[in-house]
Amino acid sequence: MISPRYHREIPQRYRLEAAKCTGCGKVLFPPRKICPQCGGEAFAPTVLPTRGKVVTHTTIWIPPAAFEDQKPYVVAVVELENGVRLTCMVADAPPDEVTIGTPVELIFRRIQKESAWGVLQYGYKARVIPA
Amino acid sequence: MYGIVGYGSYVPRYRIRAEDIARQWGADAEAYKKGLLLEEKTVPGPDEDTITISVAAARYALQRAGIDPQEIGACYIGSESHPYAVKPSGTVVIDALGLGPVCHVADFEFACKAGTEAMFVAYSHVKAGEMKYALGIGADTSQGAPGDALEYTASAGGAAYIMGGDNVAAEIVYTYSYTSDTPDFWRREGEFYPRHAGRFTGEPAYFHHVLNATRGILELSSMKPEDFRFAVFHMPNGKFPLRAGKILGFRQEQLEQGWVVNLMGNTYSGSSPTGLAACLDVAKPGDQILVTSFGSGAGSDSFIIRCTKRLAEIQRKAPAVRDQLADRRIHLDYGKYVAYRGKIRMNVT
Amino acid sequence: MRDVAVVGVGMTKFGELWETPLRDLFAEAALACLKDAGVERGEVQSAYIGCMSGGLFVGQEHLASILCDYAGLNPMAATRVESACASGGAAFRAAWLEVASGASDFVLAGGVEKMNDGADATYCLATAADQEYEVYHGVTFPGLYAMIANAHMHKYGTTPQQLAAVAVKNHHNGTMNPHAQFSMEINIETVLKAVRVAEPLGLFDCSPVTDGAAALLLCPVEVAKELGKPLVKILGAGAATDTIALHDRADLAAIPVVGRAAQRAYEMAGVKPKDVDFCEVHDCFTIAEIVCTEELGLFERGRGGPAAAEGLTALDGKRPVNPSGGLKSKGHPVGATGCAQLVEVYQQLTGRAGKRQIKSPRLGLAQNMGGSGGSATVHILEVNR
Repeated sequence: MISPRYHREIPQRYRLEAAKCTGCGKVLFPPRKICPQCGGEAFAPTVLPTRGKVVTHTTIWIPPAAFEDQKPYVVAVVELENGVRLTCMVADAPPDEVTIGTPVELIFRRIQKESAWGVLQYGYKARVIPA
Repeated sequence: MYGIVGYGSYVPRYRIRAEDIARQWGADAEAYKKGLLLEEKTVPGPDEDTITISVAAARYALQRAGIDPQEIGACYIGSESHPYAVKPSGTVVIDALGLGPVCHVADFEFACKAGTEAMFVAYSHVKAGEMKYALGIGADTSQGAPGDALEYTASAGGAAYIMGGDNVAAEIVYTYSYTSDTPDFWRREGEFYPRHAGRFTGEPAYFHHVLNATRGILELSSMKPEDFRFAVFHMPNGKFPLRAGKILGFRQEQLEQGWVVNLMGNTYSGSSPTGLAACLDVAKPGDQILVTSFGSGAGSDSFIIRCTKRLAEIQRKAPAVRDQLADRRIHLDYGKYVAYRGKIRMNVT
Repeated sequence: MRDVAVVGVGMTKFGELWETPLRDLFAEAALACLKDAGVERGEVQSAYIGCMSGGLFVGQEHLASILCDYAGLNPMAATRVESACASGGAAFRAAWLEVASGASDFVLAGGVEKMNDGADATYCLATAADQEYEVYHGVTFPGLYAMIANAHMHKYGTTPQQLAAVAVKNHHNGTMNPHAQFSMEINIETVLKAVRVAEPLGLFDCSPVTDGAAALLLCPVEVAKELGKPLVKILGAGAATDTIALHDRADLAAIPVVGRAAQRAYEMAGVKPKDVDFCEVHDCFTIAEIVCTEELGLFERGRGGPAAAEGLTALDGKRPVNPSGGLKSKGHPVGATGCAQLVEVYQQLTGRAGKRQIKSPRLGLAQNMGGSGGSATVHILEVNR
């Protein structure tokens, strides 16, 4: 039963809420107890920008069971405009549309279903921004 | 003055052509295309549903409205394909948009009319002075049974409307509803696909309610078809809205801009809301738009909308309907289509 | 800190061992190890056993108790060690520290994994990555390494053929290893045409799903001399951790945790990469071997691919890598791998590697890695003839 963990992640998954270290300015996504850069323990709330670019990617041909209906799909490490990187699927993307450097924006999609009877899980994916 | 302060529509990228559905069933593609006046329809991606479509449309509406989401006092989603049988779509949408937690949320359903219901109630709250802004969304990812005529038309998409009293871009001048128990199309609890009563869905259902609602609002407002630049009628297929418009005395030019069905299919609760958005995308200050929705079961909601100068300021702040309809479409073959629509029995736990 | 030696080794065959449950796999390796060392069960004072997830694969935790129970080692002290795919190396490190500290004289270092009892291996292995921010989004293990491969190819021009050369070499070495899961030659074509897993990695770029166990007995150097064993000393030991998520690392075409662990091991041993005669490297995927050979300082950054293709890492090459056949053909029972690598190092150093024997090696290195590079151990062993 995924509910407690899923509910806790909603601010990050739905709204890209992050934490900015008040000491060195590093933005942490997700927020943490301690800044890995300066060791600071004080943070201010911030929200990630939605635009960025692909820094590496792959096409998954053999997925985990929960993603069987979406194969093959592209996943990428995306670097956002503020330097924060995250990992997500690239939605609506024929594999040849995605290369290193492709500009993308983050959108809201359903990420997984907890089988046929469980909770629907939503979150961010990337989408190619056309030239 | 109360009405629309922001609007947005979302069109998925995937399509399937009428020919590819016809080929699967050995049907006459040309006959279907002529009979339905439809080329292709939208298909939701395997990661899309009414909730994700609602969020996408509402984000565009917020972009146009330029307001703080926290000032929205209510959020209503109207759909025939809410992802859960029990658990609201609206709660996911408000958390994704940053509305709430101080917000009234409800899911609406009434076949294809659920979208305009959401708009109707949102507008009423604001007009009554209950809250500063309210959001009404119509979105669907409805299913057509394999091999059935509805498979050519049942599609996906949605539109969102933020109602308010400040900076109104399109005033809602009149509303009118006409409803009666008419069992033309339904789905019982536990059934996967809906059923319909064939030709009964025409005269006694669609036309009876659409014509009566429209005539009712014209009488209420003392207006005539000539007073409108655009008219939008619910689009279950390409033919019905054009015929309704003609019967009521509207000209083809008034019907064209909102007539998205030939490229999009029937987005059910998103149908007339999307047609309206397509008109708002190009309307000029002073233009009047008439919208009549239809939901099987059955009923129609009508609106008379008058555009203001503010509309010109916000139109281009988010993607237009017809740009999305034309842009970077991905056409699926029938196999990929049924896989994405969950019609294949997969071996997943 | 005392100097520590390895005085005996044992391992099971690696493969799909349908008849052998988890508890017996470890027993087999442990008992073979003790026989090899000539040491009685009752003399062993402590054990560290690496296992990534008895819980997820077979529903069994509390491995310290059950594995020692079934190996006849109760009431000895024991600890199960976990560091994803680096569990075996981490167990060896812990065993080394207990002997080096003077706390115990005989400590068993082992590793075991039972992956073929019907668990969803993809799901279990993915727990080595970031559950919420990588795996949640549909990334698989091969997917993470595929992204490293694409970054490496983009930055250095590494080619799919160079990746394939690693698999071909390791399969060739595996034909000479009686414990290996696969004993067949393959060619570049086979690798390039194999079923796609995560672009650019295909089935033959990925190590298999394997059952198996391996164990080594450690004791102080003085005791090893008394036993009359060839003197194989732990000369260098290094370990490090790095971010769990690939996206939090500065250079996606590198695996810096390996470089850090290696640096610590080289420093302690007082040797340089070129002094090492051969390496057992963690080739969970072909790209992993290429990047790790760069991290270990065997080749310059970006040159790992060409080196493999040019035969530099072959058994008879200048820098032999994975004489055992590597994870690719020997098999990768996750928790056991780190120990199995060290077993190979010991066998090579003591001249017992049969057809795949490297000529008179003095120094051998074993590098074990967890996840996409979240943890690593590097051990350097030296034989004094």
